Amino acid sequence: MAAVEIDVKYVAHLARVTLTSEESQRLGAQLGNILGFIEKLNEVDVSQVEPTAHAVPLVNVTRPDEIRPSLPQGDALRNAPAKANGLFMVPKIVE
Amino acid sequence: MSTLNQLTISALSTRLNHREVSAREAMTSCLDRIHQVDGDVHAFLSIDEADALAQADAADHAIANGEGPQRPLLGVPIAIKDVLAVRNQPLGCASKILAGYRSPFDATVIEKIKAAGAIVFGRLNMDEFAMGSSTENSAFVTTRNPWDLSRIPGGSSGGSAAAVAADECFASLGSDTGGSIRQPAALCGCVGLKPTYGRVSRYGLVAFASSLDQIGPFTKDVHDSALLLNILSGLDPRDSTSVPEPVPDYTKALDGNIKGLKIGLPKEYMIGGLDPEVKSAVRTAVDQLQKLGAEVVEISLPHTDYAAATYYIIAPAEASANLARFDGIRYGTRVDASDPLELYSRTRGAGFGPEVKRRIILGTYVLSSGYYDAFYLRAQKVRTLIREDFLKAFKTVDAIVTPTTPTAAFKVGEKSDDPLQMYLSDIFTISCNLAGICGLSLPCGFTKDPQLPIGLQLLGKPFGEETILKLAHAYEQANPWHHQKPLLR
Amino acid sequence: MEYEVVIGIETHVQLKTQSKMWCGCANAFGAEPNTQVCPVCLGLPGVLPVANEEALRLTTLTGLLLNCTIARYAKFDRKNYFYPDAPKNYQITQYDKPSTFKGFLDFEFQGGIARVNITRAHLEEDVGKNFHFDRSSGVDFNRAGVPLLEIVSEPEITSADMAHEYLNALKEVLTYGGISDCDMEKGMVRCDVNVSVRPKGQTALGAKIEIKNMNSFSGARRALEYEIPRQIEVVSKGGKLSQETRRWNDEAGITETMRSKEQAHDYRYFPEPDLMPFAPDDDWIASVQRRVVELPLARKQRFMRDFDLPAADAQAFVWDVPLGNYFERAAQQTKSPKTVANWVINNLRARLTETQTTLENLKFPPESLVDLTGLIESGKISTKIAQDVFIEMFNSGEPPSAIVEKSGLSQVSDVDALGKFCDEAIASNPKSVGDYRAGKVAALNALKGQVMKLTKGKANPNLVGEILENKLKN
Repeated sequence: MAAVEIDVKYVAHLARVTLTSEESQRLGAQLGNILGFIEKLNEVDVSQVEPTAHAVPLVNVTRPDEIRPSLPQGDALRNAPAKANGLFMVPKIVE
Repeated sequence: MSTLNQLTISALSTRLNHREVSAREAMTSCLDRIHQVDGDVHAFLSIDEADALAQADAADHAIANGEGPQRPLLGVPIAIKDVLAVRNQPLGCASKILAGYRSPFDATVIEKIKAAGAIVFGRLNMDEFAMGSSTENSAFVTTRNPWDLSRIPGGSSGGSAAAVAADECFASLGSDTGGSIRQPAALCGCVGLKPTYGRVSRYGLVAFASSLDQIGPFTKDVHDSALLLNILSGLDPRDSTSVPEPVPDYTKALDGNIKGLKIGLPKEYMIGGLDPEVKSAVRTAVDQLQKLGAEVVEISLPHTDYAAATYYIIAPAEASANLARFDGIRYGTRVDASDPLELYSRTRGAGFGPEVKRRIILGTYVLSSGYYDAFYLRAQKVRTLIREDFLKAFKTVDAIVTPTTPTAAFKVGEKSDDPLQMYLSDIFTISCNLAGICGLSLPCGFTKDPQLPIGLQLLGKPFGEETILKLAHAYEQANPWHHQKPLLR
Repeated sequence: MEYEVVIGIETHVQLKTQSKMWCGCANAFGAEPNTQVCPVCLGLPGVLPVANEEALRLTTLTGLLLNCTIARYAKFDRKNYFYPDAPKNYQITQYDKPSTFKGFLDFEFQGGIARVNITRAHLEEDVGKNFHFDRSSGVDFNRAGVPLLEIVSEPEITSADMAHEYLNALKEVLTYGGISDCDMEKGMVRCDVNVSVRPKGQTALGAKIEIKNMNSFSGARRALEYEIPRQIEVVSKGGKLSQETRRWNDEAGITETMRSKEQAHDYRYFPEPDLMPFAPDDDWIASVQRRVVELPLARKQRFMRDFDLPAADAQAFVWDVPLGNYFERAAQQTKSPKTVANWVINNLRARLTETQTTLENLKFPPESLVDLTGLIESGKISTKIAQDVFIEMFNSGEPPSAIVEKSGLSQVSDVDALGKFCDEAIASNPKSVGDYRAGKVAALNALKGQVMKLTKGKANPNLVGEILENKLKN
């Protein structure tokens, strides 16, 4: 199994997960192994194969356009770590 | 003579309806057992005992009103994996990131079992976000195998399996993404059923890999499994992936008559890494099925060897998106920071355990720009081939029989340092989820020393649950392994 | 060196549905924060989306109105990015299999008809709304999950004015089709503009610069009026532009860098496993086809052609569809549609506004308006009397001829009867008679006025003039 290099820092940024440098190193090695294992798939000829996104072939599942009750504001905010004036509060968003 | 908490659902129901015992007594017998053994087993993360007893009293009231015959689970205590939403109960996925979170709604399956009269109690331990095969990835505690407390119960639904095996509840619900019901059921010696994808609504199941996840029951015997499937199944307008397929009475299929049923034995499953005791138990079980009238043929599922690699692309990819919502803004743990980006990263860095991080990073990587085609798209195509293998096999056989796991329960800590080895312990269960078919594990014997349960896996066609339940029931009647109980003090 | 501009526009439009895209929360503007939310649109653990069929219909309808191909197989995908207003930290959208694609929009521009090709129109979901305070921000998820249509144009727009006209025309089509209310004040329409410049004659496109999230069409035009010369200046001075995302600062009137290409998002699109593909059949598409309406430009051109109306009148009937429909019913029954159009625009529309009524509550049918103009043309009533008849008709709904009859408003055209009134006027106005006879022709008007007064306005004024002239000649 060939180990594969993976830019853990970049991917962790994409995934929004802070990693300690020790974690990064360990993960890099482990993921390299796993990706090496996964390379096995390159043996399979998939040139004539359609991808499967769903295991059950259903189409056209919809709901009618009808209003259903919403949560009361208190329930909507109940689990919020920070709230004020009916809003979920976050550190200042600077675009 | 069995104690009350050791009964099956059907035996308990009979006694409840004959007013020989009360629901309160049934509930109390579970709580007593939990007090007695769960300090060792650690199947439960939390229990609201007052609420459980209040539900039991309400059930007794309903039984007195004569509702028993219409509500097949009336007064039956059923425990729930910490991945299913129960209104006003904690929903934590055994993760620190959901600390303090309570769900404002019931999962569809919870609504259904409540309507059928069940006492819904307890939060069962699991691998964090259902990622793992041993419960060692729980952020809180490792559940122990009731047959040998130095060993893992399997996972991710290890708490669900251990609680049933240790008779801490009459049945439990779990979820299965790559074997998370069947593998722990096998290792703990109970019956675990993963229904066909779309058979049971996923609404209220915290998603790990949406295209693979299914909810299913852990029970003490096959009849209870069929009974619960009757209640759990059916189209749900809140789940676009649930299928409008009629729900039969699955218990009707349990007639013991398996004559003429054709069972496939895939040659790819009797491989090198298979433990000899497991291999021989499965061989013996296959012979038994043959003696009972089934016809056994060897079949081939040629892409079996690619299932694990396929799974470890698709499942982490879907998980990386599914777990993005745990960001410390609307609920759960928050680690404060001066801007939102930093808040996300710190919250998620502190809130997720190592395995969850590993899979999120892996899933993010295989979807990222430049890698999608090489990994994700290719995996989806191999998934097609794996599904086609099964559909082709099911043109000639009614069910497929395999070992559920390559070995019996391993020791706590044995594989926790090598994620790849851990991943490969699911090698026999993964294909079923990729193909979207149904599968069931039931006890087929024990290893000798130590005495550990061995599981037999039956795989069925899409919506072919009746057939595998029928086979499992016939086997179980002839081989009542499930009457053996772990020697927990 | 001369430069040319290449502009493509992505327009985001909230669809006019009752409920949100994936759940039953109301799709309505202006509620208290976080009161139109539920577990699904808050992205709570365990929830699943279910597609709103009406949103799919409106998407297909848009495709039909924009001459697009309707996909027989469309699917949803997840677009992954973290932002506080995104409850799941991914947006459900349509990536490689949109519901509709490859169409065009024609619109009037610089005295002719311009065409902009439409790349695709796909269905997605809106995000919540952020409020900014001194040291924190707050999020309201009421808007999260509102169905949003993204309409992408080909990069074929060549000026700020053309962009503005394209947007106006698009908005007209969408409001016309009942697809969106397009209320800019309520943020129902937002657009991103891609703009690049290149030396005239060069085929390769210049560096693509995207200006994000403008919530008014005039803002988009001003942003382009700033950005185009800015880019030309950089390039003409030998500078190099690089791909980036900019924002329009409306107060300062400038565009500013938001992020460079290196900071661009990696959205990690993949098929949404919680939603099944959408594969509409012929019947379903036909049922949407029945909702197709005539487009504004086509309507305007038809009104001008069929009813011989000036552009301004036709435009009035494009803007006010019910009024135009009403006119059309009347116009089909008359030989002078222009006269009817005048009545509809000048009288009917004004009266409806004054009395705050709508055409639905109008008491008289279009035939009555045709009859009214007929009475004027045949000389039965004067234009002035017609105004009174109209008011009465508006109030009571009675047919104009009945009103004329009942109130004796019919214009007096009886020469004998009028002769007597003329004699009376001549007898009582010797001064005017004298003036007229002395050559002051205008004095006749005073006498005419007297007759009109005596007949309470019912006399046919032309006839009165003739009779008076005859009598005074003698």
